[in-house]
Amino acid sequence: MSAPRIAVLDYGAANMVSVTQALASCGADVVVAAEVPSLALADAIVVPGVGAAAAAMDALRERDLLEPIRDWMRAGRPALGICLGFQIMLERSDEGGAETLGLMSGRTALLEGAPTLPHIGWNEVELTSPHPLFEGVPDRSHFYFVHSYVAIPTDETTVVARTTHGSAFVSAAASGCLWGIQFHPEKSGEMGQRVLANFLNLVRGAGTGRAG
Amino acid sequence: MLARRVIPCLDVANGRVVKGTRFVNLTDEGDPAELAQRYALQGADEIVFLDITAAPEGRGTILEVVRRTASQVFVPLTVGGGVRSVAEMRDVLRAGADKVSFNTAAVASPELLTACAAIFGVQAVVCAIDARRVPAAGQPSWDVVTHGGRRPTGRDAVEWAETAVSLGAGELLVTSMDRDGTRSGFDVELLAAISSRVKVPVIASGGASGPADFVAAVREGGADAVLAASIFHRRMHSIEEVKTAMAEAGLPVRPVAEAIA
Repeated sequence: MSAPRIAVLDYGAANMVSVTQALASCGADVVVAAEVPSLALADAIVVPGVGAAAAAMDALRERDLLEPIRDWMRAGRPALGICLGFQIMLERSDEGGAETLGLMSGRTALLEGAPTLPHIGWNEVELTSPHPLFEGVPDRSHFYFVHSYVAIPTDETTVVARTTHGSAFVSAAASGCLWGIQFHPEKSGEMGQRVLANFLNLVRGAGTGRAG
Repeated sequence: MLARRVIPCLDVANGRVVKGTRFVNLTDEGDPAELAQRYALQGADEIVFLDITAAPEGRGTILEVVRRTASQVFVPLTVGGGVRSVAEMRDVLRAGADKVSFNTAAVASPELLTACAAIFGVQAVVCAIDARRVPAAGQPSWDVVTHGGRRPTGRDAVEWAETAVSLGAGELLVTSMDRDGTRSGFDVELLAAISSRVKVPVIASGGASGPADFVAAVREGGADAVLAASIFHRRMHSIEEVKTAMAEAGLPVRPVAEAIA
Protein backbone atom coordinates (compact mmCIF):
# COMPACT_ATOMS: atom_id res chain seq x y z
CA MET A 1 0.00 0.00 0.00
CA SER A 2 2.09 2.94 -1.21
CA ALA A 3 -0.52 5.68 -1.18
CA PRO A 4 -2.99 5.22 1.66
CA ARG A 5 -6.48 6.28 0.78
CA ILE A 6 -7.60 8.94 3.24
CA ALA A 7 -11.20 10.06 3.47
CA VAL A 8 -11.39 13.65 4.68
CA LEU A 9 -14.86 14.20 6.08
CA ASP A 10 -16.64 17.05 4.38
CA TYR A 11 -19.24 18.48 6.73
CA GLY A 12 -18.60 22.17 6.10
CA ALA A 13 -15.45 22.59 8.22
CA ALA A 14 -13.50 25.65 7.18
CA ASN A 15 -10.13 23.88 7.04
CA MET A 16 -11.29 20.94 4.92
CA VAL A 17 -9.61 22.25 1.76
CA SER A 18 -6.26 22.96 3.43
CA VAL A 19 -6.26 19.57 5.15
CA THR A 20 -6.96 17.86 1.84
CA GLN A 21 -4.18 19.74 0.08
CA ALA A 22 -1.64 19.12 2.83
CA LEU A 23 -2.38 15.38 2.90
CA ALA A 24 -2.13 15.15 -0.89
CA SER A 25 1.21 16.90 -0.71
CA CYS A 26 2.38 14.17 1.71
CA GLY A 27 1.46 11.50 -0.79
CA ALA A 28 -2.00 10.47 0.35
CA ASP A 29 -4.70 9.39 -2.05
CA VAL A 30 -7.31 11.79 -0.71
CA VAL A 31 -11.03 11.47 -1.15
CA VAL A 32 -13.40 14.13 0.10
CA ALA A 33 -16.12 12.22 1.88
CA ALA A 34 -19.48 13.92 2.12
CA GLU A 35 -21.40 10.66 2.32
CA VAL A 36 -21.03 7.16 3.65
CA PRO A 37 -20.24 5.27 0.41
CA SER A 38 -17.02 7.24 -0.05
CA LEU A 39 -15.77 5.83 3.25
CA ALA A 40 -15.95 2.24 2.02
CA LEU A 41 -12.59 2.12 0.30
CA ALA A 42 -10.74 4.36 2.73
CA ASP A 43 -7.80 3.16 4.82
CA ALA A 44 -8.29 5.96 7.33
CA ILE A 45 -10.52 8.92 8.00
CA VAL A 46 -9.56 12.45 8.90
CA VAL A 47 -11.99 14.65 10.78
CA PRO A 48 -11.09 18.30 10.25
CA GLY A 49 -12.83 21.10 12.07
CA VAL A 50 -12.72 24.64 13.35
CA GLY A 51 -15.43 26.23 15.44
CA ALA A 52 -18.18 25.03 17.76
CA ALA A 53 -18.74 21.40 18.78
CA ALA A 54 -22.54 21.54 18.75
CA ALA A 55 -22.61 22.91 15.21
CA ALA A 56 -20.16 20.26 14.03
CA MET A 57 -22.20 17.44 15.59
CA ASP A 58 -25.36 18.81 13.95
CA ALA A 59 -23.62 19.07 10.60
CA LEU A 60 -22.35 15.48 10.83
CA ARG A 61 -25.81 14.26 11.84
CA GLU A 62 -27.51 16.10 8.99
CA ARG A 63 -25.17 14.43 6.53
CA ASP A 64 -25.78 11.00 8.09
CA LEU A 65 -22.09 10.75 8.89
CA LEU A 66 -22.34 10.63 12.67
CA GLU A 67 -23.05 6.93 13.23
CA PRO A 68 -20.75 5.74 10.42
CA ILE A 69 -17.84 7.66 11.98
CA ARG A 70 -18.65 6.35 15.43
CA ASP A 71 -18.79 2.79 14.06
CA TRP A 72 -15.53 3.33 12.21
CA MET A 73 -13.72 4.54 15.31
CA ARG A 74 -15.31 1.94 17.56
CA ALA A 75 -14.03 -0.76 15.22
CA GLY A 76 -10.54 0.53 15.91
CA ARG A 77 -9.92 1.68 12.36
CA PRO A 78 -7.43 4.52 11.87
CA ALA A 79 -8.79 8.02 12.40
CA LEU A 80 -7.13 11.39 12.85
CA GLY A 81 -9.04 14.26 14.42
CA ILE A 82 -7.70 17.78 13.91
CA CYS A 83 -8.61 20.62 16.27
CA LEU A 84 -12.40 20.38 16.68
CA GLY A 85 -12.16 16.99 14.98
CA PHE A 86 -10.07 15.88 17.99
CA GLN A 87 -12.34 17.51 20.55
CA ILE A 88 -15.46 15.74 19.29
CA MET A 89 -13.77 12.35 19.85
CA LEU A 90 -14.39 12.93 23.56
CA GLU A 91 -17.69 12.47 25.37
CA ARG A 92 -19.01 15.99 25.60
CA SER A 93 -18.17 19.62 25.18
CA ASP A 94 -18.77 22.57 27.50
CA GLU A 95 -19.14 24.60 24.33
CA GLY A 96 -22.90 24.66 23.92
CA GLY A 97 -23.24 21.58 26.13
CA ALA A 98 -22.92 19.22 23.17
CA GLU A 99 -22.79 15.45 23.49
CA THR A 100 -19.92 14.38 21.27
CA LEU A 101 -18.72 11.07 19.81
CA GLY A 102 -17.53 9.54 23.08
CA LEU A 103 -14.67 7.49 21.65
CA MET A 104 -12.21 8.87 24.21
CA SER A 105 -13.23 9.43 27.80
CA GLY A 106 -13.21 13.03 28.93
CA ARG A 107 -14.65 16.35 27.88
CA THR A 108 -13.84 19.57 26.07
CA ALA A 109 -13.62 22.79 28.09
CA LEU A 110 -12.60 26.42 27.67
CA LEU A 111 -8.83 26.90 27.99
CA GLU A 112 -8.34 28.26 31.50
CA GLY A 113 -6.00 31.08 32.40
CA ALA A 114 -5.24 32.00 28.80
CA PRO A 115 -3.81 35.50 28.42
CA THR A 116 -5.55 35.78 25.04
CA LEU A 117 -8.43 33.86 23.51
CA PRO A 118 -8.75 32.48 20.95
CA HIS A 119 -5.28 30.97 21.25
CA ILE A 120 -3.99 31.80 17.78
CA GLY A 121 -0.50 31.38 16.47
CA TRP A 122 2.64 29.27 16.62
CA ASN A 123 3.24 27.61 19.95
CA GLU A 124 5.54 24.90 21.26
CA VAL A 125 4.45 21.30 21.41
CA GLU A 126 6.09 19.47 24.30
CA LEU A 127 6.31 15.76 23.61
CA THR A 128 5.44 14.05 26.88
CA SER A 129 5.43 10.49 25.62
CA PRO A 130 7.18 9.15 22.51
CA HIS A 131 4.76 8.45 19.69
CA PRO A 132 5.30 7.60 15.99
CA LEU A 133 3.09 10.55 15.04
CA PHE A 134 5.97 12.82 16.07
CA GLU A 135 8.85 10.84 14.61
CA GLY A 136 11.46 13.27 13.29
CA VAL A 137 9.83 16.18 15.10
CA PRO A 138 12.12 17.74 17.71
CA ASP A 139 10.63 18.30 21.16
CA ARG A 140 9.18 21.81 21.56
CA SER A 141 8.79 22.42 17.87
CA HIS A 142 6.22 25.06 16.98
CA PHE A 143 2.83 24.27 15.48
CA TYR A 144 -0.02 26.54 14.43
CA PHE A 145 -3.04 26.76 16.76
CA VAL A 146 -6.46 28.41 16.36
CA HIS A 147 -8.89 27.50 19.19
CA SER A 148 -10.46 28.53 22.48
CA TYR A 149 -11.53 25.11 23.79
CA VAL A 150 -9.30 22.18 24.68
CA ALA A 151 -9.75 18.43 24.99
CA ILE A 152 -9.35 17.01 28.50
CA PRO A 153 -8.99 13.22 28.17
CA THR A 154 -9.43 11.46 31.52
CA ASP A 155 -7.02 8.68 30.62
CA GLU A 156 -3.59 10.24 31.16
CA THR A 157 -1.91 7.39 29.30
CA THR A 158 -3.41 8.67 26.04
CA VAL A 159 -1.61 12.02 26.32
CA VAL A 160 1.20 12.37 23.82
CA ALA A 161 1.95 16.09 23.90
CA ARG A 162 1.12 19.24 25.81
CA THR A 163 1.23 22.94 25.02
CA THR A 164 1.05 25.91 27.36
CA HIS A 165 -0.94 29.08 26.84
CA GLY A 166 -1.68 30.41 30.30
CA SER A 167 -2.19 26.83 31.42
CA ALA A 168 -0.99 23.54 29.97
CA PHE A 169 -3.39 21.60 27.78
CA VAL A 170 -3.29 18.38 25.75
CA SER A 171 -2.10 19.16 22.22
CA ALA A 172 -1.97 15.52 21.06
CA ALA A 173 -3.49 12.27 22.26
CA ALA A 174 -3.53 8.70 20.98
CA SER A 175 -5.77 5.81 21.87
CA GLY A 176 -5.15 2.76 19.72
CA CYS A 177 -5.70 3.89 16.13
CA LEU A 178 -7.48 7.07 17.23
CA TRP A 179 -5.20 10.07 17.02
CA GLY A 180 -6.21 13.56 18.04
CA ILE A 181 -4.23 16.77 17.60
CA GLN A 182 -5.23 20.23 18.71
CA PHE A 183 -2.97 22.17 16.32
CA HIS A 184 -3.35 22.47 12.58
CA PRO A 185 -0.73 20.34 10.81
CA GLU A 186 -2.05 21.65 7.50
CA LYS A 187 -0.86 25.13 8.48
CA SER A 188 2.23 24.19 10.47
CA GLY A 189 4.79 24.25 7.69
CA GLU A 190 7.45 21.55 7.58
CA MET A 191 6.71 20.16 11.06
CA GLY A 192 3.04 19.84 10.18
CA GLN A 193 3.95 17.98 7.00
CA ARG A 194 6.07 15.60 9.06
CA VAL A 195 3.18 14.81 11.38
CA LEU A 196 0.88 14.16 8.40
CA ALA A 197 3.52 11.97 6.76
CA ASN A 198 3.87 10.05 10.05
CA PHE A 199 0.10 9.66 10.15
CA LEU A 200 0.21 8.13 6.67
CA ASN A 201 2.94 5.76 7.84
CA LEU A 202 0.82 4.73 10.81
CA VAL A 203 -2.05 4.05 8.44
CA ARG A 204 0.25 1.93 6.26
CA GLY A 205 1.33 0.09 9.41
CA ALA A 206 -2.26 -0.52 10.42
CA GLY A 207 -2.19 -2.43 7.17
CA THR A 208 -5.24 -4.30 6.11
CA GLY A 209 -7.62 -1.90 7.75
CA ARG A 210 -10.20 -2.29 5.01
CA ALA A 211 -13.18 -4.06 6.47
CA GLY A 212 -14.31 -7.16 4.69
CA MET B 1 5.05 30.63 24.69
CA LEU B 2 3.27 31.97 21.64
CA ALA B 3 5.89 32.98 19.11
CA ARG B 4 6.03 36.53 17.80
CA ARG B 5 5.41 36.24 14.09
CA VAL B 6 7.44 37.55 11.18
CA ILE B 7 5.30 38.10 8.11
CA PRO B 8 6.43 38.98 4.60
CA CYS B 9 3.84 40.89 2.59
CA LEU B 10 3.54 40.48 -1.16
CA ASP B 11 1.81 43.07 -3.33
CA VAL B 12 -0.07 41.27 -6.06
CA ALA B 13 -1.48 42.90 -9.20
CA ASN B 14 -3.18 40.93 -11.97
CA GLY B 15 -1.86 37.68 -10.52
CA ARG B 16 1.80 38.73 -10.33
CA VAL B 17 3.93 40.03 -7.48
CA VAL B 18 4.82 43.64 -8.17
CA LYS B 19 7.25 46.00 -6.59
CA GLY B 20 7.00 49.75 -6.69
CA THR B 21 6.81 52.85 -4.63
CA ARG B 22 3.40 53.72 -3.29
CA PHE B 23 1.54 51.84 -5.99
CA VAL B 24 3.48 53.48 -8.84
CA ASN B 25 6.43 52.38 -10.98
CA LEU B 26 5.38 48.77 -10.58
CA THR B 27 7.73 46.10 -11.82
CA ASP B 28 6.98 42.40 -12.20
CA GLU B 29 8.78 40.42 -9.49
CA GLY B 30 7.45 36.96 -10.14
CA ASP B 31 4.85 34.39 -9.31
CA PRO B 32 3.10 34.87 -5.93
CA ALA B 33 2.88 31.14 -5.18
CA GLU B 34 6.59 30.62 -5.84
CA LEU B 35 7.64 33.61 -3.77
CA ALA B 36 5.30 32.60 -0.94
CA GLN B 37 6.82 29.12 -0.98
CA ARG B 38 10.32 30.55 -0.86
CA TYR B 39 9.43 32.72 2.14
CA ALA B 40 7.74 29.81 3.90
CA LEU B 41 10.92 27.75 3.57
CA GLN B 42 12.94 30.70 4.86
CA GLY B 43 10.88 30.75 8.05
CA ALA B 44 7.94 33.05 7.34
CA ASP B 45 5.28 32.42 10.00
CA GLU B 46 2.49 33.62 7.77
CA ILE B 47 2.14 35.14 4.31
CA VAL B 48 0.11 38.23 3.41
CA PHE B 49 -1.04 38.92 -0.13
CA LEU B 50 -2.15 42.48 -0.72
CA ASP B 51 -4.19 42.59 -3.91
CA ILE B 52 -3.52 45.95 -5.52
CA THR B 53 -5.05 45.06 -8.86
CA ALA B 54 -6.46 48.32 -10.12
CA ALA B 55 -8.75 47.26 -12.96
CA PRO B 56 -12.04 45.59 -11.97
CA GLU B 57 -11.62 42.99 -14.71
CA GLY B 58 -8.38 41.79 -13.07
CA ARG B 59 -10.08 41.19 -9.73
CA GLY B 60 -10.74 37.49 -10.02
CA THR B 61 -7.07 36.66 -10.52
CA ILE B 62 -6.31 36.73 -6.81
CA LEU B 63 -8.51 33.68 -6.22
CA GLU B 64 -6.46 31.61 -8.62
CA VAL B 65 -3.28 32.88 -6.96
CA VAL B 66 -4.61 31.88 -3.53
CA ARG B 67 -5.63 28.46 -4.81
CA ARG B 68 -2.21 27.74 -6.28
CA THR B 69 -0.43 29.05 -3.21
CA ALA B 70 -2.54 27.15 -0.69
CA SER B 71 -1.94 23.87 -2.51
CA GLN B 72 1.80 24.09 -1.90
CA VAL B 73 2.43 26.51 0.97
CA PHE B 74 1.37 25.20 4.36
CA VAL B 75 1.52 28.25 6.59
CA PRO B 76 -1.35 30.65 7.32
CA LEU B 77 -2.28 32.89 4.42
CA THR B 78 -3.98 36.28 4.70
CA VAL B 79 -5.45 38.16 1.75
CA GLY B 80 -6.14 41.88 1.80
CA GLY B 81 -7.41 44.30 -0.77
CA GLY B 82 -10.68 44.41 -2.60
CA VAL B 83 -12.84 42.14 -0.42
CA ARG B 84 -16.09 44.01 0.25
CA SER B 85 -18.69 41.42 1.23
CA VAL B 86 -19.35 38.16 3.05
CA ALA B 87 -19.66 36.41 -0.32
CA GLU B 88 -16.29 37.71 -1.51
CA MET B 89 -14.68 36.66 1.77
CA ARG B 90 -16.16 33.18 1.42
CA ASP B 91 -14.63 32.90 -2.06
CA VAL B 92 -11.20 33.87 -0.75
CA LEU B 93 -11.38 31.43 2.19
CA ARG B 94 -12.63 28.63 -0.04
CA ALA B 95 -9.69 29.23 -2.32
CA GLY B 96 -7.49 28.37 0.67
CA ALA B 97 -6.82 31.61 2.56
CA ASP B 98 -7.11 31.58 6.37
CA LYS B 99 -7.84 35.23 6.98
CA VAL B 100 -9.09 38.25 5.09
CA SER B 101 -7.92 41.75 5.83
CA PHE B 102 -10.35 44.67 5.44
CA ASN B 103 -9.22 48.25 5.13
CA THR B 104 -11.19 50.88 3.20
CA ALA B 105 -14.22 48.58 3.06
CA ALA B 106 -14.32 48.32 6.88
CA VAL B 107 -14.13 52.09 7.31
CA ALA B 108 -16.93 52.54 4.77
CA SER B 109 -19.09 49.74 6.23
CA PRO B 110 -17.96 48.74 9.74
CA GLU B 111 -20.84 46.24 9.97
CA LEU B 112 -18.95 44.17 7.40
CA LEU B 113 -16.53 43.12 10.18
CA THR B 114 -19.43 41.91 12.31
CA ALA B 115 -21.10 40.02 9.49
CA CYS B 116 -17.88 38.26 8.47
CA ALA B 117 -16.88 37.43 12.06
CA ALA B 118 -20.31 35.94 12.76
CA ILE B 119 -19.96 33.56 9.84
CA PHE B 120 -16.25 32.79 9.66
CA GLY B 121 -15.10 33.52 13.23
CA VAL B 122 -13.11 36.45 14.57
CA GLN B 123 -9.84 34.62 13.91
CA ALA B 124 -10.43 35.01 10.17
CA VAL B 125 -11.18 38.74 10.26
CA VAL B 126 -8.29 41.21 10.18
CA CYS B 127 -8.87 44.95 10.20
CA ALA B 128 -6.09 46.87 8.47
CA ILE B 129 -5.69 50.40 9.75
CA ASP B 130 -3.63 52.91 7.80
CA ALA B 131 -2.75 55.76 10.16
CA ARG B 132 -1.11 59.11 9.66
CA ARG B 133 0.16 61.32 12.48
CA VAL B 134 -1.81 64.49 13.12
CA PRO B 135 0.76 67.27 12.95
CA ALA B 136 1.44 69.53 15.90
CA ALA B 137 -0.89 67.81 18.29
CA GLY B 138 0.06 67.99 21.99
CA GLN B 139 -0.45 64.31 22.70
CA PRO B 140 0.45 62.26 19.63
CA SER B 141 -2.58 61.21 17.65
CA TRP B 142 -3.21 59.58 14.32
CA ASP B 143 -5.82 59.94 11.66
CA VAL B 144 -7.19 56.94 9.75
CA VAL B 145 -6.56 57.28 6.03
CA THR B 146 -8.06 55.15 3.25
CA HIS B 147 -7.62 54.46 -0.45
CA GLY B 148 -3.95 53.63 -0.09
CA GLY B 149 -3.33 56.66 2.12
CA ARG B 150 -4.78 59.22 -0.24
CA ARG B 151 -7.97 59.97 1.65
CA PRO B 152 -8.07 61.25 5.26
CA THR B 153 -11.15 60.24 7.24
CA GLY B 154 -10.90 62.53 10.26
CA ARG B 155 -11.32 59.42 12.44
CA ASP B 156 -8.93 58.77 15.33
CA ALA B 157 -6.88 55.62 14.69
CA VAL B 158 -6.88 54.39 18.31
CA GLU B 159 -10.63 54.82 18.61
CA TRP B 160 -11.16 53.06 15.31
CA ALA B 161 -8.96 50.19 16.48
CA GLU B 162 -11.12 49.70 19.57
CA THR B 163 -14.30 49.97 17.52
CA ALA B 164 -13.06 47.48 14.93
CA VAL B 165 -12.26 44.93 17.66
CA SER B 166 -15.65 45.40 19.32
CA LEU B 167 -17.27 44.83 15.92
CA GLY B 168 -15.49 41.55 15.29
CA ALA B 169 -11.91 42.07 14.10
CA GLY B 170 -9.74 39.32 15.57
CA GLU B 171 -6.50 41.00 14.63
CA LEU B 172 -5.32 44.48 13.64
CA LEU B 173 -2.78 45.23 10.93
CA VAL B 174 -1.52 48.68 11.81
CA THR B 175 0.43 50.59 9.16
CA SER B 176 2.08 53.91 9.77
CA MET B 177 1.63 55.84 6.54
CA ASP B 178 4.27 58.32 7.74
CA ARG B 179 6.83 55.53 7.91
CA ASP B 180 5.65 53.25 5.11
CA GLY B 181 8.32 52.98 2.44
CA THR B 182 10.72 55.25 4.33
CA ARG B 183 12.78 52.57 6.11
CA SER B 184 12.95 54.74 9.21
CA GLY B 185 11.57 52.18 11.63
CA PHE B 186 8.05 51.37 12.79
CA ASP B 187 6.02 54.04 14.55
CA VAL B 188 6.26 52.37 17.97
CA GLU B 189 4.22 55.12 19.62
CA LEU B 190 1.33 54.34 17.30
CA LEU B 191 1.70 50.61 17.96
CA ALA B 192 1.86 51.10 21.72
CA ALA B 193 -1.15 53.44 21.68
CA ILE B 194 -3.21 50.76 19.95
CA SER B 195 -1.81 47.55 21.49
CA SER B 196 -2.34 48.91 25.01
CA ARG B 197 -6.04 49.43 24.25
CA VAL B 198 -7.00 46.15 22.58
CA LYS B 199 -6.72 42.47 23.51
CA VAL B 200 -6.38 41.12 19.98
CA PRO B 201 -2.99 40.68 18.29
CA VAL B 202 -1.51 43.75 16.63
CA ILE B 203 0.61 43.36 13.50
CA ALA B 204 3.12 46.16 13.01
CA SER B 205 3.64 47.48 9.51
CA GLY B 206 5.30 50.36 7.74
CA GLY B 207 8.89 51.48 8.01
CA ALA B 208 11.01 48.39 8.66
CA SER B 209 14.66 48.97 7.86
CA GLY B 210 16.42 46.27 9.83
CA PRO B 211 16.15 43.57 12.51
CA ALA B 212 16.35 46.10 15.36
CA ASP B 213 13.09 47.67 14.17
CA PHE B 214 11.30 44.32 14.55
CA VAL B 215 12.55 44.01 18.11
CA ALA B 216 11.38 47.56 18.91
CA ALA B 217 7.94 46.95 17.39
CA VAL B 218 7.41 44.05 19.78
CA ARG B 219 9.17 45.34 22.87
CA GLU B 220 8.19 49.00 22.78
CA GLY B 221 5.18 48.82 20.49
CA GLY B 222 3.61 45.71 22.04
CA ALA B 223 3.16 44.11 18.61
CA ASP B 224 2.47 40.37 18.38
CA ALA B 225 3.63 40.15 14.80
CA VAL B 226 5.69 42.24 12.44
CA LEU B 227 5.11 42.62 8.74
CA ALA B 228 7.51 43.89 6.11
CA ALA B 229 7.79 43.92 2.35
CA SER B 230 10.71 45.66 0.72
CA ILE B 231 13.49 44.67 3.12
CA PHE B 232 12.72 41.02 2.39
CA HIS B 233 12.00 41.41 -1.34
CA ARG B 234 15.15 43.42 -1.94
CA ARG B 235 17.08 40.89 0.13
CA MET B 236 18.41 43.56 2.42
CA HIS B 237 17.65 41.32 5.39
CA SER B 238 16.51 37.73 5.63
CA ILE B 239 13.75 36.39 7.85
CA GLU B 240 16.48 34.46 9.65
CA GLU B 241 18.41 37.63 10.49
CA VAL B 242 15.25 39.19 11.86
CA LYS B 243 14.35 36.14 13.94
CA THR B 244 17.89 35.80 15.26
CA ALA B 245 17.79 39.40 16.45
CA MET B 246 14.40 38.83 18.07
CA ALA B 247 15.59 35.67 19.80
CA GLU B 248 18.71 37.41 21.05
CA ALA B 249 16.48 40.13 22.49
CA GLY B 250 14.67 37.41 24.44
CA LEU B 251 11.53 37.35 22.30
CA PRO B 252 9.90 33.97 21.59
CA VAL B 253 10.17 33.08 17.92
CA ARG B 254 9.65 29.97 15.83
CA PRO B 255 13.21 29.09 14.80
CA VAL B 256 13.91 29.15 11.07
CA ALA B 257 15.36 25.64 11.35
CA GLU B 258 11.85 24.32 11.99
CA ALA B 259 10.70 25.58 8.59
CA ILE B 260 13.35 23.72 6.63
CA ALA B 261 12.81 20.23 5.31
